[in-house]
Amino acid sequence: MAVCAFSIFAIVILIATELVSQSQMSWSKVGFKFFYKFNVDPTTNLPLFWDPVNGDFYALPFLYGTLVSSLVALLIAVPLAIGVAIFLTEMSPRFLRGPLSFITELLAAIPSVVYGLWAIFVLVPLLREHINPIFIAVFNNPTTVKLFGWTGLVGEDGLFGGVNLGLGLLAAGVILAIMILPIIASLTREVMSAVPHSQREAALALGATRWEMIRIAVLRNARIGIVGSVILGLGRALGETMAVAMVIGNAAEIHRSLLSTGHSMASVIANEFSEATSDMHRSALIEIGLALFLVTILVNGLARLLVWAVTRGTPARVN
Amino acid sequence: MKAGVQQNKLRSALRTMVDHIATGLAILATVLVVAPLIAIFAYLIYKGASSLNLAFFTQIPKPVGESGGGMANAIVGSGVLLGVASLLGIPVGIGGGIYLAEFGRGTRFANAVRFTADVLNGVPSIVMGIAIYSLIVFQQKHFSALSGGVALGIMMIPTVTRTTEEMLLMVPNSIREAALGLGVPTWRSVLSITLKTASPGVITGCMLAFARVAGETAPLIFTALGNQFWSTSLNEPIAALPLQIYVYAISPYDDQHRLAWAGALVLIILIVLAVSLVRYVASRGILKGAS
Repeated sequence: MAVCAFSIFAIVILIATELVSQSQMSWSKVGFKFFYKFNVDPTTNLPLFWDPVNGDFYALPFLYGTLVSSLVALLIAVPLAIGVAIFLTEMSPRFLRGPLSFITELLAAIPSVVYGLWAIFVLVPLLREHINPIFIAVFNNPTTVKLFGWTGLVGEDGLFGGVNLGLGLLAAGVILAIMILPIIASLTREVMSAVPHSQREAALALGATRWEMIRIAVLRNARIGIVGSVILGLGRALGETMAVAMVIGNAAEIHRSLLSTGHSMASVIANEFSEATSDMHRSALIEIGLALFLVTILVNGLARLLVWAVTRGTPARVN
Repeated sequence: MKAGVQQNKLRSALRTMVDHIATGLAILATVLVVAPLIAIFAYLIYKGASSLNLAFFTQIPKPVGESGGGMANAIVGSGVLLGVASLLGIPVGIGGGIYLAEFGRGTRFANAVRFTADVLNGVPSIVMGIAIYSLIVFQQKHFSALSGGVALGIMMIPTVTRTTEEMLLMVPNSIREAALGLGVPTWRSVLSITLKTASPGVITGCMLAFARVAGETAPLIFTALGNQFWSTSLNEPIAALPLQIYVYAISPYDDQHRLAWAGALVLIILIVLAVSLVRYVASRGILKGAS
């Protein structure tokens, strides 16, 4: 039995050693520059990051794509998840609790590839036809540009400039948000239920309204756990592969616009690994995998510690 | 005096308003979360059901351009992969869970294992795929069903370990004490008393892990690779349902899109069945037999 338990350490060590040894070639060639350097294309004068033809591989656009799509996902998912958790723990009538938590469980059980399929055929057209035009109209109209042009976030070079394909960083962020919502919501709910009832009663006895009670007694006591669950959701978003690979547009470029196509660390591995043109190409992809492994271990470890600090005694469950 | 009363009234009206706004926002958030789920399910059933037919379950994919064909090979392939995965993941996972709950309870080693299992649960599946690629595929110089099964099996281990542990911890101590009091050796008490009492819970945990890896695509792309033809050999590339859905979803042909939807519907039905079964067993009281 102890051997079985030890196998978990063995798996982590195995993954780490395999990734390190296989990415050796790329690491010994460019070292840490892998994560920030790029070449400039002599003919077009544009930055060139990922160049299988000449054998030059730098990972900056993938870091950017992962970071931006995850941030968009968190911006959408966190307020919604906290709202759902508040509704479920503090407001919902008893008969709604069961079905709603069942639904959140179901959302967590849908495979990534099915989310991706839905995103390609429903979400992307929806964004392209109906939602992106609204953002474009708001962000790119002359008045906004005149007022906020100095921020660099509006206009043709801004957050919603460029061609509206539907595919891109925004689509990836939205589908990621839908995917990490149930994780954040169910953990936040768990943390909130762990707040003792006496705290709520004390706040109510002092004359607080329900919202004030939630703010003073529940949110304040649960804040560390909520941060933990958000970080856990971030960990999921960083490593999510298939759904992102299907909608992010697959271009190793960096643009400011959320409508532009990109590539995330996980999606580039999924797309190019089995067709890698050279050993160097494969080695560079494995190095991206190694970076992803280290980052997710850090993020998950941190989140676990935070959630544990709050719900000590009742083990936190994510599935 | 009068001004003070009025101010108080105003403030309390303001506070009530804020309370109502907060309630409204929480309800709005809930609706916004439920909406995509319903949208996904409705669209999936609508698209999937109209493309499902007998051929889907009995035929292998037709060449591009010809309509019809099915995913029989992918369904069988998924079965083979999940079989290999379960053979590896379930025994090791249950063993680890038993160790954490029964033998190593409270030791520093057990705590470290528990923490590592939770962290490992969050490692992206694609990273697992690369590791297995360089461990098996790279050494053997060819893609194989075996490597895909091993990748999925390794992903099952942390989940099974943790749920087994949780279920075993729910068994009342009096039962263990009764067994030990009758002179039963520890290993015997663990296997035929504690584990048996917790078995419905342990089985549901295994089913959850199974359902989770059943939909995994990322670790299979460069281990099992996929296959357009019949193959059940462990030593050759094999088709899998999620992999086939992915390939068809990004293809430009309408016929293949239809097959992708049908495949997604089948996959979801399997997973929803598993999850509902788990909930049903859990709601009946995991340890009914014990009390």
